[in-house]
Amino acid sequence: MIQKSILEALQKIVGPPHLLTQKEDMLTYSYDAAVLDPVMPAAAVIPETKDQVGDIIALCAENQIPITVRGSGTNLSGGTIPYSSGIVLLTGRMNKIIEINEADMYAVVEPGVVTATLAAEVEKRGLFYPPDPGSMAVSTIGGNVAENAGGLRGLKYGVTKDYVMGLRFFDSQGNYIKTGSRTVKCATGYNITGLMVGSEGTLGILDQVILKLIPAPKARQAMVAVYDTIEQASETVAGIISARIVPATLEILDNFTIRAVEDFSKAGLPKDAAALLLIEVDGHPAVVTEEAEQVKALCLKMGARTIDQAKDDAQRDKIWAARRAALSALAQLKPTLVLEDATVPRSRIPDMVRALQDIAKKYRIDIGTFGHAGDGNLHPTILTDRRNKEEFYRVEQAIEEIFDVALSMGGTLSGEHGTGIAKAPFLEKEAGYSSILFSRQLRAALDPSNILNPGKITGV
Amino acid sequence: MADMKELANLVKELEDQLVTCIRCGMCQSVCPLFEQTRKEADVARGKLALLTGLMENMFTDPDGVNERLNRCLLCGSCAANCPSGVNVVEIFIKARAILAEYKGLSPAKKLIFRQLLAHPGRFDAMVDWAGRFQGLFAKPDANAQGTSCARLVSPLLSNRHFMPLSSNPFHKTLPEKGVTTPGSGPKAAIFIGCLIDKIFPGVAHASLKVLSHHNVGVVIPPGQGCCGIPSLASGDRDSFTRLVDHNLALFEKYDFDVLVTACATCTSTIKKLWPSVYKNPSPGMQKKLTALSEKTMDINQFLVDQVGIEPIETGLEDAEKEIVTYHDPCHLKKSLGVADQPRQVIRAAGCRLEEMAGSDKCCGMGGSFNVYHYDLSSAIGTLKEHNIEATGCTAVSTGCPACMMQISDMLGKAGASIRVRHPMELYARALEKLTP
Ligand SMILES: Cc1cc2nc3c(=O)[nH]c(=O)nc-3n(C[C@H](O)[C@H](O)[C@H](O)COP(=O)(O)OP(=O)(O)OC[C@H]3O[C@@H](n4cnc5c(N)ncnc54)[C@H](O)[C@@H]3O)c2cc1C
Ligand code: SF4
Ligand code: SF4
Repeated sequence: MIQKSILEALQKIVGPPHLLTQKEDMLTYSYDAAVLDPVMPAAAVIPETKDQVGDIIALCAENQIPITVRGSGTNLSGGTIPYSSGIVLLTGRMNKIIEINEADMYAVVEPGVVTATLAAEVEKRGLFYPPDPGSMAVSTIGGNVAENAGGLRGLKYGVTKDYVMGLRFFDSQGNYIKTGSRTVKCATGYNITGLMVGSEGTLGILDQVILKLIPAPKARQAMVAVYDTIEQASETVAGIISARIVPATLEILDNFTIRAVEDFSKAGLPKDAAALLLIEVDGHPAVVTEEAEQVKALCLKMGARTIDQAKDDAQRDKIWAARRAALSALAQLKPTLVLEDATVPRSRIPDMVRALQDIAKKYRIDIGTFGHAGDGNLHPTILTDRRNKEEFYRVEQAIEEIFDVALSMGGTLSGEHGTGIAKAPFLEKEAGYSSILFSRQLRAALDPSNILNPGKITGV
Repeated sequence: MADMKELANLVKELEDQLVTCIRCGMCQSVCPLFEQTRKEADVARGKLALLTGLMENMFTDPDGVNERLNRCLLCGSCAANCPSGVNVVEIFIKARAILAEYKGLSPAKKLIFRQLLAHPGRFDAMVDWAGRFQGLFAKPDANAQGTSCARLVSPLLSNRHFMPLSSNPFHKTLPEKGVTTPGSGPKAAIFIGCLIDKIFPGVAHASLKVLSHHNVGVVIPPGQGCCGIPSLASGDRDSFTRLVDHNLALFEKYDFDVLVTACATCTSTIKKLWPSVYKNPSPGMQKKLTALSEKTMDINQFLVDQVGIEPIETGLEDAEKEIVTYHDPCHLKKSLGVADQPRQVIRAAGCRLEEMAGSDKCCGMGGSFNVYHYDLSSAIGTLKEHNIEATGCTAVSTGCPACMMQISDMLGKAGASIRVRHPMELYARALEKLTP
C-alpha cells in the first residue's frame, strides 16, 4: 500500500485520469508475456511529459517507492512484473517521434513509440531501422532498448544495441542524464549508453532514445530449402557463413514446428521434412543475384531436398508468413506456451537441436523449435498446461536442462528476451558470482534505496 | 445479489477458453479502443485477465470488471489477430451474459430487451410510432448522408448526426404472406435485420432487385425479428434465446438452400453466435442451429461465389467512373473472412474502387458502445472519416448498416459530401441504368 498523501501527490503530477489505483486496473498491470505469477502494484501512473516523469521519480525516491516502467508489457522474462508496494509507470502517452533526420540518418524518439510505427515512418523516407523483434507491431522502443531486443535480421544487421547512439534518462534520484550523441562517433565519458541498453529499467528510466538509421537495401531475395535431416540444415547454416555470405535472415523450423504450421495454415509445407531453412539475402541488386545463386548451390550441396526462390513479393510474403505463423501454430496446441531463447555459438546449432529433441523425450514434453539459426538463437517452445502441476514441474526441469546444455556449449541463457526475474536465479551459472556481485554493487551505488525495478536481473 | 463465490463458479464455465490467452499482448496492435486510450483494461488481454480474476474470486463486487468488460466494441479485431486463436468475442459475450444474469438487468434494459426487442410485433409498432414523431426532435440536415442532427439539445443525443427512421420500413411494404418467388439455381431466404428494415429499407429493396435480376428464387418470411445481438451485447441471453426461437420457427416453415443477409452483423450473429451462445439447447435444437448457421451467408458472398456476376457494361472509361471506397465491416472481414466479394460487387457495378488506408479498421460503432461511449466511438470514427476522405471518393460503400450509420454520422459532422451506400445499392443502381 502507498500512503494517501503520496497518491494525491502523484495525481497532482499527472492529473486525475492518469493515476489508476482500482484493484481491477492493478490486476491488468500485474503480468507480462512471461509465464510467471502475477503481482499487483499499488498504483499505475501515466505521465506524458519529461517533467512529469522527473517529478514522479523524485517523489518515489523521497518515499522509497519502487518503480517498474512498463512499455507494452510484452517481454518474456517478467521484466514488468511490479512490486506490490510499488508503482507501475506507463510510457503509453510518451509516444512521440521527435525527429527523423534524413541528412544525418538518425531518429530521436520517446520511449513509448511502437517499434513498427517508427520502422514505417523511417521507411517512408527511404531509410531503414533494422531491429525487428517478432513483437514489433506492439513493442515499444523503450522496451526494446531496455531488453536489448533482437529479431530476424540480427545476423547481418545486429540487434537494438547496435542502433542506440544516445539516450536521455532519469536516474533513481530524478536527475536527468544525457549520454551518447547525435554523431556517429562519440568518445566522451563512460559508455553509459551501452550500460543502459539491456538494463531492464533497473538503472534509470529512459526519456529519449537517439537511434541510428541506415539506407534501405535496394533488393532482396527470399528462399526456402527443405531438408530430410536437421544435421544437413544446420551444416548448411555453417556452410553459408563460412562462404562469407551474410544473409539478412537465416531461420530454421524443425519438424514439430513444420507440422504445426502446416496443420494451422495449410501453407503447403512438406510435413515429412525434418527441417526448413528460410533464407533472405539483401543489398545491391547485382550482389543479391550472385549471393542467391551461391546460397542455392550451397543448400543443394549440403543435401537439401529442394530449394525454392520467391519470384515476387507475394511469394516472399508467403515464405515469411510461414515463419511468422510458427508461434501461432504452436500456441494453438496447448494452453500454456513457454518461449525460451537459449543461444549457442552458431556452429553448435546441430548439437543444440539434437539436445532439445533428447530433452523433450526425457521429460515427456512437447517442444517445437524454430528460430534464428544464423545467429545461434533458437526458440525452443514448450507446450504445456500450467494447470497440470505435475507436467509443469517436468517443464521447469527441462528448462533448467536447456540452460545447462546451452552454457556447456559456450552459449547464453538468453539471446534476446532478457533476464528479468525468470532468469535471474540462473544468471550465476552463466556469469559467475563475481559478476553478479559487481552488478549488485553498481546498482547499489546508483540506486541506494533500490527503487528501480527491484528484483530484476541481479535478483535483489 | 448472490455471493462472489457463486459468480466465480459461473465464470468457470469459461475457464477452458480463458486459459488459451498466452498474454502475449499482440492484441494491442489492432484494438481500436486501445489505440485511443492505451490502457490495458481496454484491450482483450486485460479484459481476459479480469475475467480470470473474477473466476479466481479476487474481487468483492463485480461492478468494476463489468464496467471494463462493457468498454469494448466487440469488433473482434483482437480475435482475428490473436496468435493463440482465443475466441475473444464469444468469451466476452458469454461473460456479459453471466454478469448480467448474476446482477440482474437494469430496468431500462429490461424494458427495451424483454418488452420490445423480444416481441417483433411490438417493436415494429413502437418504431413506427417513433418514426412519425421524430420530426419533432430532429431537423433533417441537407447533406449527402441524409442524417439529422438533434433539434433539442439533448444530452443523450449530444451532437450526433443520426440516421432518421424510415417512414416506410421494409416490413410494411411486404405482402402479408411475405415473398416467395421462383427462380433458377439455389433458393435464398432473406433475413432482413432491424437496421435495414427500419433505417435502410433501400438496401433490402436493392438486394431483392439484384437477386431477381440474377433469377434467384427468394423467400422472405413476414414477421421477422431481431437477430438478437443487441440483447446479447447487454448480456440478456434469455431475450436472445427467445429471438432465436422466434426466427428459427419462422424460417423452418420454408424451404431454401441458403439464408442470406445484407447485414454483416446479422450474418455473423446467426453464423457464429446462434449456435454457440443459445441458452441450454437440446441436442435437436443444437443440430438445427448448426444446420442454419452452415446455410447462412453474406449477400455479397452469395452473389459472387454461388450466383456468379459479370461486370455490368456501363460504357464508361475508367477515369469517368464514380470513385468509391470500401470499408470492411468487422463482422464481415474479421468474423467471417469475407472481404473480396463486396469489392467485386462494387467493381461489377461500374465503380472505380479506390482503397482507403486501414479499410479493415473498425469504424467505432460497436452497437451500444456508441451509445455509452460516444466520445471514444467518435474519436475512432473520425480516423475512419479521414481515411475515407483521403481517397477522393464520392461514395463510401460497406456491407453493414451499423457501419453505415456510424460513417454517415462521422461524414455528416465533418461536412463531407460523400454518400454512404451498401454494395447492393450500387449494384442495383447500375442495373437500373442498364434497363431503364
Ligand atoms: C509474440 C512475441 C514475440 C517476441 N519476439 C521477440 C523477438 O523476436 N526478439 C526479442 O528480442 N524479443 C521478442 N519478444 C519479447 C519482447 O517483445 C521484447 O522484449 C520487447 O523489447 C519488449 O517491449 P515492451 O515495450 O513490451 O516492453 P515491456 O515488456 O513493457 O518492458 C520490458 C522491459 O523494459 C523496461 N522498460 C520499458 N520501458 C522503459 C523505459 N522507458 N525506461 C526504462 N526501462 C524501460 C521494463 O521495465 C522491462 O524491464 C517477443 C514477445 C512476444 C510476446
Ligand atoms: S493476442 Fe490473444 S493470446 Fe495474445 S494477449 Fe491478446 S488475446 Fe491473449
Ligand atoms: S473486440 Fe475490439 S474493442 Fe474489444 S478488445 Fe477486441 S479489438 Fe478491442
